[in-house]
Amino acid sequence: MKGTTNTSAKASPEQIKYADLLFWGSWFSILLMIITYLVYLAGILDPYVPVDKIQTYWQLPVHEYVEKARIPLGWGWVKFVTKGDFLNFLGIALLGGMTIICFFTLIPAYVKKKDWPFLIISICEILILALAASGILAVGH
Amino acid sequence: MCTRLLEKTNVMLLTILSLFYAYPALAAQQGPEVLPNPDKPWWFWPLVLLVFCFVLGIIAVLAGVGGGVLYVPLVSGFFPFHLDFVRGTGLLVALAGALAAGPGLLRRNLANLRLALPVALIASTCAILGAFLGLALPTNIVQICLGCTIILIALLLTFSKNVERPEVKEQDFIGKALGMSGSYFEESTGENVGWKTHRTLLGLFLFIIIGIMAGMFGLGAGWANVPVLNLLMGAPLKIAVGTSKFLLSITDTSAAWVYLNKGCVIPMMAIPSIVGLMLGSFVGVRILAVAKPKIIRYIVIGVLLFAGVKALLKGLGI
Repeated sequence: MKGTTNTSAKASPEQIKYADLLFWGSWFSILLMIITYLVYLAGILDPYVPVDKIQTYWQLPVHEYVEKARIPLGWGWVKFVTKGDFLNFLGIALLGGMTIICFFTLIPAYVKKKDWPFLIISICEILILALAASGILAVGH
Repeated sequence: MCTRLLEKTNVMLLTILSLFYAYPALAAQQGPEVLPNPDKPWWFWPLVLLVFCFVLGIIAVLAGVGGGVLYVPLVSGFFPFHLDFVRGTGLLVALAGALAAGPGLLRRNLANLRLALPVALIASTCAILGAFLGLALPTNIVQICLGCTIILIALLLTFSKNVERPEVKEQDFIGKALGMSGSYFEESTGENVGWKTHRTLLGLFLFIIIGIMAGMFGLGAGWANVPVLNLLMGAPLKIAVGTSKFLLSITDTSAAWVYLNKGCVIPMMAIPSIVGLMLGSFVGVRILAVAKPKIIRYIVIGVLLFAGVKALLKGLGI
């Protein structure tokens, strides 16, 4: 596959597969975000940060906000997912995770085609995105 | 009817902006340490944000710019949110737009994986660095840099002349080795248009800078991706625009995770921003189908220049 030129105007099968997964995943995440936000606004679940204090907090630099509101960093929000505000992070995290999930579908296709440069690029991209998502970099110092 | 709708949209945006300027507590926002006491009910700002972002979504589509590039300067300039939260949300706004548009572009082969993946790896890695840099620098320095960048974007939108189908005589070694070529179906002429890249190494190098800027300011980076892919690397305009939009879904993902993990996302303001902009984009696309108002683009350039100068002055403490 190295050095080949795709002369067909049609998208490659791996590209179509990526697109399909991205389509369903992204819209599901956005729908989930809307539902969890409505749950939050309706006050069905108690929020971690009281809604009347948010106006003060969002004017502060993030490090002060984290300190004063005692916001968990990284994936620490998962422990408080039953709180109305942190429930919203489910949809947001899924939205942020869709690209990583989609990249996994490319690996078998590039292995099958013996397209080693793109296989390496896909694996590196997964590692980079997973590193960013892991929270190790953000929480680590 | 369409003209009237556009006029109404412009009037709404200008009214919202002038409302903020008339609001003394926000005018006092010039100094970062001034914290006005919240005198509005908690639902006030999310509701205003939803309406504002809806209008912004319409205008972004009509002006042919990304939502993130308008969101960060305008919301940081006219809303009471700290820049850290605006940048975090700005990335999510750009990400949601890119993820929603990506599948359609990929299926039609207007976004091409062979062009996007090598570039995305560089840009997304650098976006992480940019995000850390942006969060580590003092707010006023970031404000100054943001102001300069927004002014640069406004100038780029004014003077950049993209080429429909750039001529690439011979593909360079890297482009050939990575198979950065393809073809797409041009509906207007009914033909398959082939394309290939050149000056690939320089293009890849520029994506280092683009990635850093995307992560640092949370602006999205379509404004920089398209000229590099089109004018420098020789991708046809449609491929450059489509691939750029898809590219944002990868670049912004890496930076968005950094902001998210650092606590820069407050759901109360993030969700209305994302939903408002997406709904606005859908309405904008419908309006665009019947009208291509050039005046909107010039208004947006004007607003960006104003927001850029405002961010610059805010950063300088003037």
